[in-house]
Amino acid sequence: MYTFSNRLKIGSVILMALGLMGMAIGFVSAPSTVEEAKALVAAHDDGHGSGHGEAAAVADHGEAAHGEAAHGEESHGSSHDEHLLHQLQNRPWAALYVAAFFFFMIALGVLAFYAIQRAAQAGWSPLLFRVMEGITAYLVPGGIVVFVILVLSVLHMNHLFTWMDPETVAHDELLQGKAGYLNPTFFLVRAAIFLGGWIAYREISRRLSLAQDKADDHSNFKKNFKWSAAFLVFYLVTESMMSWDWIMSVDPHWFSTLFGWYVFASMFVSGITTIALVTIYLKSRGYLPDVNNSHIHDLAKFMFGISIFWTYLWFGQFMLIWYADIPEEVTYFVTRIEDFKLPFFGMVAMNFVFPLLVLMNSDYKRVNWFVVMTGIVVLMGHYLDVFVMIMPATVGDQWYIGIPEIGGVLFFAGAFIYWVFNTLTKAPLQPTNNPFIEESRQFHY
Amino acid sequence: MASKVIQAFYDDDDVLMHAVKKVKAAKHHIEEVYCPFPVHGLDKAMGLAPTRIAITSFMYGCLGLTVAIVMMNYIMIQDWPQDIGGKPSFSYIENMPAFVPVMFELTVFFAAHLMVITFYLRSRLWPFKKAENPDARSTDDHFIMEVEAHGSADALAALLQETGAVEIKTVEK
Repeated sequence: MYTFSNRLKIGSVILMALGLMGMAIGFVSAPSTVEEAKALVAAHDDGHGSGHGEAAAVADHGEAAHGEAAHGEESHGSSHDEHLLHQLQNRPWAALYVAAFFFFMIALGVLAFYAIQRAAQAGWSPLLFRVMEGITAYLVPGGIVVFVILVLSVLHMNHLFTWMDPETVAHDELLQGKAGYLNPTFFLVRAAIFLGGWIAYREISRRLSLAQDKADDHSNFKKNFKWSAAFLVFYLVTESMMSWDWIMSVDPHWFSTLFGWYVFASMFVSGITTIALVTIYLKSRGYLPDVNNSHIHDLAKFMFGISIFWTYLWFGQFMLIWYADIPEEVTYFVTRIEDFKLPFFGMVAMNFVFPLLVLMNSDYKRVNWFVVMTGIVVLMGHYLDVFVMIMPATVGDQWYIGIPEIGGVLFFAGAFIYWVFNTLTKAPLQPTNNPFIEESRQFHY
Repeated sequence: MASKVIQAFYDDDDVLMHAVKKVKAAKHHIEEVYCPFPVHGLDKAMGLAPTRIAITSFMYGCLGLTVAIVMMNYIMIQDWPQDIGGKPSFSYIENMPAFVPVMFELTVFFAAHLMVITFYLRSRLWPFKKAENPDARSTDDHFIMEVEAHGSADALAALLQETGAVEIKTVEK
């Protein structure tokens, strides 16, 4: 049995406390009036001598159109100022949402990986099942937090999702056309169904997995196989819809048909990386004695392969839109390349070039510190990926990775660590009665 | 100078693996093992040096990438400048997204094909080449271990017999 070391426990609590403080500072320092917002931006401009204010005029296509239609009689300047205020008010919320979603997505990616191992009846991985089950336990708190943020958005506590504002929809024919699907009630119902389904599978599979250890036949194992295969079908549909709902709809006019895959690739590689990191950590503390470097090698192969898969989708989505150059599609990349150049291209270096070069060599995939170093870079890169998916539509060019963003990451990292390692103490780290456990123990390459 | 080798025949890959380890432990030099199918871990047991084909593959990939860039730059930008996607910039870097699929494909093409050709040359395989295996059964259901016999051939034969060989032959090469 694993015992949650005090050092790690205190570390995770400190992370949560620091993060909570950071997020609180973010919320308190957000401007509440247009004047405050202008003063903030002016101070910022003086300090850095750059003209951010002017670029805001082209920030968001949908928002700008709405602004002009709604306040046609007013001067363009005042609607622009109000827009700026909304962006600055959004910043702590967006920082919270990006961090909450990022850690939730890790757990969901691990759940998909776990279900694939179960459905494929993989022989190499059963030794890692308890690690994966530990990580997927975070689906429950992580999912609830994301759901609460979505409910608060529906209650107009923030302006993350512009289509939730009836005023905006009233002046926007495109959003009216989408209202049958994209309306607050149906949105929350869908979110509840997605989360309910994922959490239900996680709990059922975990229970069957634990029951298998005490059973004297393989019935639990077979049931787990069936549940996992069924879950994968449910997951592929709901994950795609989730990505439209929770992420793509912050840019309600824009759409991409491979967006679901793109988000999937990001969560899958983050999840696999987290499995590798937790496994290496547990091994370094003397647990999981039967996990050998071939298991780490396989996880690193997945990290390498799915990183390339992610890049393929990142580029595929970009290239088709760049090539066709249709105005309603290219706005998405125009804002990203104009206002988010560093994170937008920086994440390609972190998520593609770095793992490609470091993990290409077969031997390096077995060296723990190589895998850990690459894993940390890949996780930061995929945080940036979520950041670049959410921020352009919510805070526009007012983005910055400062106290609210780092606070959000620290808080959810602490919560994630606490929840995952606490779950790992609840059951033996090595399944005993899985029919493939011996194959996994003997696994070598 | 003719050298003497002993060929030991096995009919099971597990037995073969154990035999290889025993013969290595007894400090004999295994010249070659002929198998009807690849045996997992045999290269390590025989003490063969790790393959360097991955390094050549990386170099061929870099070559393919370079060829793609030079070729597309010549064809699409210099020799006959093209208006790509309604963006007549006539610059390689600005049109780069359109060339990425070609760059990717040629990288893979060069890496894969040249790696296979390298492997064939390194293994001395080419068309109309005569088979090198000493006994046709090594293409069917037998494994043949060829051990250099120096000093007492009888002691070596006895060792091989002990490891489970089904047949032992001494051959002058």
